[in-house]
Amino acid sequence: MTSAEFLLWVRGPGLQIAAVIFAFGIILRFFEIYMMGRKKNLSAKRASGTGAGFRTIAKRFLPADSETMRRSTFTIVAGYIFHIGLFVTLFLFVPHIQLFDALTGISWPGLPMPVVDFFTVISMIALLALMWQRLTKPVLRMLSTGHDHLVWTLTFLPFLTGYLAYHHLFVPYTWMLAFHILSVELLMILFPFTKLMHAFTLFVSRWYTGSMAGEKGVKV
Amino acid sequence: MSKPSIERGINALKEQIDAPIASYFSSCVHCGMCADACLFHTETGDPRYVPIHKLEPMRRLWEQEYTLVGRLKKLVGLSKKITAEELEEWQELVYNSCSLCGRCSMVCPVGNDIVYMIRKMREGMSAAGYAPEGLIGASTRAVEIGSPMGVTIKAVEAQVKHAEKDLGFEIPMDAEGAEYLVLMSSMEIMNYPEYLQAVARIMNQAGKSWTISSEAFEATNAGIQIGASDIARILVQRIVDAAEKLKVKTVISPECGHAYTAIRWEGANLIGRPFDFKVQHILEVLDELRDQGLLKTEGSEDSRMTFHDPCQLVRRGGVVEQPRNLLKMVASDFVEMTDHGIMNWCCGAGGGVSANEDAHELKLKAFNRKKKQLDELEVDALVTACANCRIALEEGLEENEMDIPVYGLTEMLAEHLVTEQPGKEK
Repeated sequence: MTSAEFLLWVRGPGLQIAAVIFAFGIILRFFEIYMMGRKKNLSAKRASGTGAGFRTIAKRFLPADSETMRRSTFTIVAGYIFHIGLFVTLFLFVPHIQLFDALTGISWPGLPMPVVDFFTVISMIALLALMWQRLTKPVLRMLSTGHDHLVWTLTFLPFLTGYLAYHHLFVPYTWMLAFHILSVELLMILFPFTKLMHAFTLFVSRWYTGSMAGEKGVKV
Repeated sequence: MSKPSIERGINALKEQIDAPIASYFSSCVHCGMCADACLFHTETGDPRYVPIHKLEPMRRLWEQEYTLVGRLKKLVGLSKKITAEELEEWQELVYNSCSLCGRCSMVCPVGNDIVYMIRKMREGMSAAGYAPEGLIGASTRAVEIGSPMGVTIKAVEAQVKHAEKDLGFEIPMDAEGAEYLVLMSSMEIMNYPEYLQAVARIMNQAGKSWTISSEAFEATNAGIQIGASDIARILVQRIVDAAEKLKVKTVISPECGHAYTAIRWEGANLIGRPFDFKVQHILEVLDELRDQGLLKTEGSEDSRMTFHDPCQLVRRGGVVEQPRNLLKMVASDFVEMTDHGIMNWCCGAGGGVSANEDAHELKLKAFNRKKKQLDELEVDALVTACANCRIALEEGLEENEMDIPVYGLTEMLAEHLVTEQPGKEK
């Protein structure tokens, strides 16, 4: 297989397979969650939980308070940097926007290449820092399983291959670009069945927690 | 209750898994931030006490039973079964090192209500037979005698008589049509009889009709703590029956944290129908009386005081402003701890920990969190509104040779009631 054939495959059938598994997987996972149902709350509510649920969705984007920030500084700072970097590289990199445009017809302005490059690098540094923390902090060592390391790798590879492809490093550009797309496809395929799913379910979780607390008149 | 077994435990656990739990387990990214919010972890440094880890058997059960991937893994023999030995090992984590305080649920970035899951995990643990002896005893006494501490109605009657002698007026017993039904905790009956007298004096001054029930005087609910809904239901039903028989408008939960959760928030769900009476914590009632001008106090405490928020009242109950409004009436030098209100730290002994002998040492270690908070403030006195917190605080303070008295807020208010009798001013 030549690099061109490989690139064509990952761009065509490869992407289609990944997209289908990604979409159906996510639907399945939501189905698995909502299928469990929950009991109606019969206690006398102080307030409706619906609005409170949405407030908690927004509120949990920030740490609970300054003391929590102080106690978990490393996780919060590295976590923020990574997620902001992920957003910028995924959605504000012009070639990515062109891809979204080609697929959906929706486009938006991107950021200059050097800016995206900067965010790619700090995202990778944040991911490495989080992995270092996972491997050294007793609590995280105890919690971590192969799943955590797999998901870290799946997340790190698209950054790395994207960076190497953009800078034409190590292997010819076509190969590296194909690897980059392949790494994203791997991520998409495993996304619904790993903790990566939190990107979607965190909204469900926050809503449940916020609404249950809201019915008690507690703002969480 | 039928005999506990691993099968019963697993079935009970399966029954507990609902959509929120499925979403919570799907969302956890193992970031470990809950560890920084748990006093059992911060005060011991033991990594096993990271809150989400306390749920690992339940997470595996959810994965194996209710997810496609988990089922496939089970089919090809890739998943580890939940064993009796494992649950036995987890007993310490689920009961000794968790006071159901819910602080972890406040900091989780994906919004998981971790303590909601622990409460449910305990249903499986107790059905499997892995609950602490102390809590099994308390639950049995609560069902058979009517109180987790074995307090009988005779003891209550004796206390009522004693109080009436001190007060000079009658304490209504089984008075039909009263506005309020006053409940107590065994701890109050045994250790803090001042509570009943305080309520009597406040009600008397406010001109409110109230009563105690000889059939339901105990508000605490060991069933909630051990995680046995069948027991919890029996205990709630007793109160519901008494409230309906006496046709009261409001049932008052005493100065106790979990009793409030039990009757105010879990009660109707346990018996499967809404109540047709109101449930309020004593502090909510007192704050209403204050608001209506029916709680009149005079003089104030000049010593430097702070308030220890009972977890079940604040972040799990929504009673946050009331104690502050009330304290301001009678404390001139009231200061807040760094973390207070919904972000308070537990006394270390809630959620059944105080009834659990196995947790004794750990509880005292966990108290160090409160000690640090108090050392920062240099207060002369500590006020709270939960008899269980109070006894845990007193024990912790004594252990650390800290000379700080602990008061119940209701009693403190009663001591400052405006009185017509001359010469009784403090």
